[in-house]
Amino acid sequence: MSGGEQGEDLAICVRGLRTSFGDQVVHEGLDLDVRRGEILGVVGGSGTGKSVLMRAIIGLQPADEGEISVFGESTLNRDDEDTLALRRRWGVLFQGGALFSTLTVTENIEVPLREFYPQLAPHLRDEIAAYKIRMTGLPADAGPKFPAELSGGMKKRAGLARALAIDPDLLFLDEPTAGLDPIGAAAFDERTRQLQQTLGLTVFLITHDLDTLHAICDRVAVLADKRVIAVGTIDDLLATEHPWIQEYFNGPRGRAAQPPKGGKDQR
Amino acid sequence: MTEVAAFTLEQREESGAPLLRLSGSLSIACLGELPNALEALPGPVGAIDIGGIEHIDTIGAWLVYSLSQKWACEIRGADADAQRLIDAVKPSADAGPPPALHADKLSPAIRILDQIGGATMVALTTLGGLVGFLGAVMIASWSLIRHPSRFRWNAVIQRFEVVGVSALGIIGLMSFLIGIVIAQQGAVQLRAFGMEILTVNLVGRLTLRELGVLMTAIMVAGRSGSAFAAQIGMMKLTEEVDAMRTIGVSPMEALVMPRIMAAVVMMPLLGFYASVLAIIGGGFMCAISLEIPPVTFVQRLREVVPLHDLWIGLIKAPVFGLIIGMSGCYQGLLVKSNAEEVGLRTTAAVVQAIFMVIVLDAFFAVFFTWVGWT
Repeated sequence: MSGGEQGEDLAICVRGLRTSFGDQVVHEGLDLDVRRGEILGVVGGSGTGKSVLMRAIIGLQPADEGEISVFGESTLNRDDEDTLALRRRWGVLFQGGALFSTLTVTENIEVPLREFYPQLAPHLRDEIAAYKIRMTGLPADAGPKFPAELSGGMKKRAGLARALAIDPDLLFLDEPTAGLDPIGAAAFDERTRQLQQTLGLTVFLITHDLDTLHAICDRVAVLADKRVIAVGTIDDLLATEHPWIQEYFNGPRGRAAQPPKGGKDQR
Repeated sequence: MTEVAAFTLEQREESGAPLLRLSGSLSIACLGELPNALEALPGPVGAIDIGGIEHIDTIGAWLVYSLSQKWACEIRGADADAQRLIDAVKPSADAGPPPALHADKLSPAIRILDQIGGATMVALTTLGGLVGFLGAVMIASWSLIRHPSRFRWNAVIQRFEVVGVSALGIIGLMSFLIGIVIAQQGAVQLRAFGMEILTVNLVGRLTLRELGVLMTAIMVAGRSGSAFAAQIGMMKLTEEVDAMRTIGVSPMEALVMPRIMAAVVMMPLLGFYASVLAIIGGGFMCAISLEIPPVTFVQRLREVVPLHDLWIGLIKAPVFGLIIGMSGCYQGLLVKSNAEEVGLRTTAAVVQAIFMVIVLDAFFAVFFTWVGWT
């Protein structure tokens, strides 16, 4: 594992996690640290449990064993009230956007505000939704539309706006660029980077998109064999011998996505 | 953890407008009642000082920014973080028009007219679509008659099982209970005239002529019509139907025809079965509460129920089956975009099928009386 493990610098700290569905064990003895203010990319083959890891951290998937703490507070075995307090500190963008289909985009963005902070005046809520729509790059006429009327890229942006509605410190993104065209994906990456820097976010980013990894991730964690086999910058990972990592970053697609030699535009 | 956000107003010597000094944590979790209190300030304010705040997020930044706009005053003491957030929430000059948030509200009168018009259009287009679909079904049947080798026996037999055999239990139980109810209620009313024996007429004629087939149709529409719509709708969503077309399989022949055939063939069988069980239920009730022994019941049944009552039921049943199968498949094929639509279409298929079955049943009743089958 990487160094710098002072408790207060870690946004997420996972130790010895084990999760399973019946007999099928997904994670066994998984350790992972996410530092504050970084974008951590999580990669791994299909079925290695990237989404399950995210669901375990945000408490949707019960862990059989192990410790998970977010901002120094354990997420396991908390009562409902406490869990709610912790949930205000993160926003999640699910793979398909997971927008509530019966609500308009504006109403979707306002749901977390309404639930967590009912004392906010409705007009303030509208104003907040308006600048979130602007910040995430949604078109000006998107507010009154229903999710079914949006394109894939716009659904992702609306999902991002909802995830950012209550100004979380931690943002979970599950394959944000999957299904977007390259231009849309690059724009989404750029937007994520920009928001992360402006808002000082910590981002936990699951992706299959090699361009995203190269463009915006500070570090990358590789999931294989039921645990995190390596964490580090892409250069660090390239120095390891693990065949899957070599295949992943040095395969035909991996090479194409690499930035030109010498031009290290990490950060 | 952090201090709750608060504000003070300070009177300054040089000018009349006071200075608004914000303190504490200007983040959404710590705002509390601050936005409402600031809203209520009489104003105007000369300047906003945020030098004393501990922490700020975009919501705090928006609050500060909108206040500075409201009173046209400057923001003082913003550190780099605060300035960055204020710049982030500020609408930039090139951002274009402010985003629309809610759809424009129509006036109630116009909205009612809009809904009536919309519903009428939907009803008419559905009716037109169904007539078109009936044509498509006829064409598909004709081409199957001309090329019997394309007929999918396996699919049809499988549908027979799902639509017919699996429904035997529930339809049987339902009919038996309905027979009991008719006999019991009929007996109560007829007793007033001392004509309890007419209960047999009531049970026999009503179930064979109307209720057996009608209740079966309602049950089949709920069980199978909805399943047709949901299955075909999901196949449309996952593009299975399009995949079929590209491979050269006609969805009409592979998906629609087996289901419609199953509904058309199974409805008379189930309807007959339902009538028989309803009569058994009625006979059971007569034996228990009216002390009419089963032998007498059957004898009387043969005397008072004309054979054409059975024919009426059996003629109506396949027509009802056609309607149920068609509206299920038609609504399923109309699914386009999302999973929510599958639910709506399934409901529409059932409601439509039951409605049309009852309307047609009324026509049949008038027609058969007119031809003399009373």
